[in-house]
Amino acid sequence: MTIELAALSLDPVSDWNQLTTYPFMVQALEAGTIVAVMAGVVGWLMVLRRQVFAGHTLAVIAFPGAAAAALSGLPLAVGYYGFCSLGAGALAAASRGEVRGRSSESAAIGTLQALALGAGFVFVGLYNGQLGDLQAMLFGTFLGITAGQVLTLLWIAFGTLAILGVAARPLLFASVDPGVARARGVPAKLLDAGFLLVLGVAVAATAQITGALLVFALLVTPAATAQRLTARPGAGIVLAAAFALVVTWLGLAAAYFSPYPVGFWVTSFSFGLYVIVRVLTAGGPMGRTHATGAA
Amino acid sequence: MKLGGDPSLAPAPPRDERAREEAIAIAAADVRRAGRVVWRGLDLSVVQGEFVAVLGPNGAGKSTLLHVILGLLPLRAGTAAVLGGRAGRRNSEIGYLPQRRSFEPETRIRGRDVVRLGLDGARWGLPLPPWMSRSTRAAERRVGEVIELVGASAYADRPIGELSGGEQQRLLIAQALARGPRMLLLDEPLDSLDLPNQVAVAALLERISTAAGVTVVLVAHDVNPILAYLDRVVYFAGGRGVVGAPREVIRGDVLSRLYGAPIEVLETSDGRLVVVGTPEPPAIHASRHDH
Repeated sequence: MTIELAALSLDPVSDWNQLTTYPFMVQALEAGTIVAVMAGVVGWLMVLRRQVFAGHTLAVIAFPGAAAAALSGLPLAVGYYGFCSLGAGALAAASRGEVRGRSSESAAIGTLQALALGAGFVFVGLYNGQLGDLQAMLFGTFLGITAGQVLTLLWIAFGTLAILGVAARPLLFASVDPGVARARGVPAKLLDAGFLLVLGVAVAATAQITGALLVFALLVTPAATAQRLTARPGAGIVLAAAFALVVTWLGLAAAYFSPYPVGFWVTSFSFGLYVIVRVLTAGGPMGRTHATGAA
Repeated sequence: MKLGGDPSLAPAPPRDERAREEAIAIAAADVRRAGRVVWRGLDLSVVQGEFVAVLGPNGAGKSTLLHVILGLLPLRAGTAAVLGGRAGRRNSEIGYLPQRRSFEPETRIRGRDVVRLGLDGARWGLPLPPWMSRSTRAAERRVGEVIELVGASAYADRPIGELSGGEQQRLLIAQALARGPRMLLLDEPLDSLDLPNQVAVAALLERISTAAGVTVVLVAHDVNPILAYLDRVVYFAGGRGVVGAPREVIRGDVLSRLYGAPIEVLETSDGRLVVVGTPEPPAIHASRHDH
């Protein structure tokens, strides 16, 4: 399928009309909106919990998932969700029984990541498909998002956010202060595993828009930007979702009017926003007084 | 002084009416961790409102005692009753401050939010915004009160990772106090602090203990900052624990028997106690993760 390049007119109304002419683009905008909100919220928690490496590994696992789905003739989404959920389960099992064994945990995660990347390329090789498929899996596409997919995304986002809403305070407690949380009866291990699963689902959903390798543009960067601006949990989560939303819309629009993939645009806008905020907040509240008791 | 004790000779678990005034009743308790005996035959009875220090070398099982009181670690033998229930049952009435590495500098969450978690962090669901809910306003007021109590109002709204060890410690004490607990368990709360802060935090804990009748159990490396306030001391070494008044326990003959090595306790002219000759190598101070 080829689409003629649309021309940007710099007239907002006519550009908006162009952007929403084709149903596939409307569906891409809808899907992008849902994914951005979910990724912003989940990403904020991921950054707070310092599970960025785990998130990245789940993103890499999304790639063989999509490739395996393509190979077996299933919808790509099945591969994304299936592999990311399995990956989250594997990560949860790998980190089980350790209170906060970060180093051995990250070693296990790294091992899984290497395996996933290797498997992905084997599947792509076996599939022997067009190069365009590989590019879409890795760097994202806004083409071919169906109304059914949008509906699926909506339900998944709804479920994910509902779970996070119910678990919000205990999850925050277990993330910031696991020792005290456990003593107060918070099921920290269950929440750790549950959050990994939520993260896996969010990664799988995001990968469908941004591609497996650029998931972080929506998952990490908006959250990191928001955390530089505020230390209030509520405000931070709302900001992270808002930033993700803005860069997704801008990215989809830019991709529509240009020959470059949407993942590239979302990443660039996301990064640009982060740099601006970093420059603006430099020398401000980030002047750190390091804790004296770090033994 | 209570040493040894065979589990089969353990006294009957305390009756309910006795347990009400008895904040902690541990009898003939044996504890293992990772297959290793940490200590055995511990008898400890703490009355509500007492200020108790847990002392001893690294790895002797000081933090372990707090875990037993919280019911996080089951006993191999013996019984543990806390606040009139089995250990672990009344944890909502206990404020706990685990042994702590400080928060990492990247922790971008306000001190006030960390204190708030101590109040309602274990609740499911989202809180209503303050303009909609009286209980949210009450929660915010309570958080403000405890922050004021520990003297942390000036920096409670800054990200906790940016605060100094002493500032973080005060906020964590506020967190432990948020629910108005009947008991405070503190694992080396003075360890990361400089001397003036140690004295200030010790005085704060004493004030809480006497003013509110809160039982305070504090694991300490150095007994001196709190010595004047202590009702009782638990000293662990060599797989045993001795319980008694500070000057009954921190004595050359008692500690020599406990360690199985000659120990001397010197008292300085200003009343500080110095324990000399413990088999603990001095370098061990650098790593204090004795779980």
